[in-house]
Amino acid sequence: MTSDLSFPERRTLIRLGAASMIVSAIPLTALADPADLTSAQRRLFGDREIKQGRVTLKLPAIAENGYSVPLSVDVDSPMTESDHVRQIAIFSPRNPIAEIVRFELGPRAGRASVSTRIRLGGTQTVQAVAELSDGSLWSGAAKTVVTLAACVVL
Amino acid sequence: MASIRLSVPATAKRGDVIELKALIQHPMESGYRRGSRGEAIPRNIITRFECRYDGETVFAADFHPGIAADPFLTFHTRATRSGPVLFRWTDQHGESWQETAMLTVT
Amino acid sequence: MIRLSGLGLALVAVAACTPAAPPETHLDAPFERLQSGYDFLTPETQALQDDTFSNPGYLWVDRGAELFNTSDADAPSCASCHTTGLAGVAASYPAIDSDSGQLLNLEGRINTCRERHQHLPALDYESDALRALSAYIANQSHGLPLSVDISGAAATHYANGRDYFFTRRGQLNLSCHQCHDQNAGKRLRGDTISQGHGNGFPAYRLEWQTLGSLQRRIFDCDTGVRAEPLPLGSQTYIDLELYLSARANGLAMESPAIRR
Ligand code: HEC
Ligand code: HEC
Repeated sequence: MTSDLSFPERRTLIRLGAASMIVSAIPLTALADPADLTSAQRRLFGDREIKQGRVTLKLPAIAENGYSVPLSVDVDSPMTESDHVRQIAIFSPRNPIAEIVRFELGPRAGRASVSTRIRLGGTQTVQAVAELSDGSLWSGAAKTVVTLAACVVL
Repeated sequence: MASIRLSVPATAKRGDVIELKALIQHPMESGYRRGSRGEAIPRNIITRFECRYDGETVFAADFHPGIAADPFLTFHTRATRSGPVLFRWTDQHGESWQETAMLTVT
Repeated sequence: MIRLSGLGLALVAVAACTPAAPPETHLDAPFERLQSGYDFLTPETQALQDDTFSNPGYLWVDRGAELFNTSDADAPSCASCHTTGLAGVAASYPAIDSDSGQLLNLEGRINTCRERHQHLPALDYESDALRALSAYIANQSHGLPLSVDISGAAATHYANGRDYFFTRRGQLNLSCHQCHDQNAGKRLRGDTISQGHGNGFPAYRLEWQTLGSLQRRIFDCDTGVRAEPLPLGSQTYIDLELYLSARANGLAMESPAIRR
């Protein structure tokens, strides 16, 4: 945390201001730890191996505000009766709840491509895991730097 | 009040993959925030979204507090036959709403 | 994380500043070029604003259209009197109501119609219905230049608003002018200070996770310098809105804009 503010008194004031506002806007609970992420994945997919690949997750390199971050996920799949994506789950290692959203797809979807807007409690690498119709699991990830807006009030 | 904006093409060729979009007005209150007097604001979120078309659920989603306020979704389906495309969403209390758009398949 | 460089200098500059009489145009604005808050957003956020389907502000625009066209049991609908829509109207607000001589902002104008012409109670300032109606009407001026009138009865309101803009306040002892005129373009805690125009409002702020009025934004700036903010709808904030609009006359309306 660097500061090029010239007056220390004012810096203190701003810090205090920021701190008191943060109470009202930042999640109360501790951030999810990696254990939560693992257990969330285990709950959905059991102990099956998750391979890397076939899943492309996109997030902006910089998100201006963690309250609304655009996300899109694409899975390389022909989406036929015999070979399609069954579900895609999105996980955060830093949110209070690791599972952000879970999409259910099938051959009728035609294309395994979904987008939405999510909340992120800080800079992190978000993970997407796709389950295919053969039961295999594939994952992709994307990192985004979350700039807390100037401060929660301004 | 629960309103939704839907984007469904009016017509499509049989077999084409079409893009569907939904924007739902909802605060998606996470349950992790405090009000101005320090009181915890209770969680109030949509938990389930479904899209039915031509006799089947073609897409569905489970939402958690990590979905942004006024949830937005883009997904796809293959045009099979003319008929309604139905969007249904349900909150954590079990209340649900739905809206349909007509799709003509040629 | 905290960056307020330049404000030290700004303090000195302001001490030496003696405001002149209210000019006819935005002479006060020290910018070579008026720049919307839009220019200070990331491409992703700009894209969200530009996408008239997924921009969530349009949820309120849609709802406003519904309210505008619906008649209450005992009151005529807005549409029954305003049959040709209200294109361009929002760009000229705040404006003097010739009946009462009062300066009204768009929200006040809507509530005046409710009371005077519909005999319905005024809507609460940040209520869903008032935000929806004002977003619907503001959106009808989308792309049109702000063009408020500060002559005649409006002149004293303009002067009052200008005064508020240049007055230092709060524990941080900062004026709107110091941030939005003197430090526009500089970084403040990971954010960039814009020129502080109201052309995007009512706007959907990601921070609010909802659509809000220009006065709510001003309220937040006052709170930000640890000053006691004024109640939403207060005359001084309406006067300030007039000053902000006059200072930005010519800038295109963007409501419902997306802001951080
Ligand atoms: C400490 C610096 C500071 C002060 C003082 C300040 N603001 Fe702001 N203001 C900001 C920041 C930061 C933002 C958010 C980024 C931006 O758009 O500038 C902002 C945003 C705004 C916006 C929205 C601009 C847009 O396009 O969304 C308006 C309007 C505004 N301020 C008006 C005012 C008024 C009026 C005052 C005085 C009552 C004031 N500000 C005082 C820092 C300040
Ligand atoms: C019975 C007729 C009537 C109804 C109903 C009515 N208005 Fe009006 N409205 C007027 C008249 C007349 C004026 C001109 C100013 C005046 O005399 O009050 C006006 C002015 C306005 C203006 C300013 C127009 C301008 O050019 O400055 C706006 C905005 C407006 N009305 C919005 C609304 C909205 C929103 C509603 C519904 C909530 C509404 N009105 C309902 C009659 C009506």
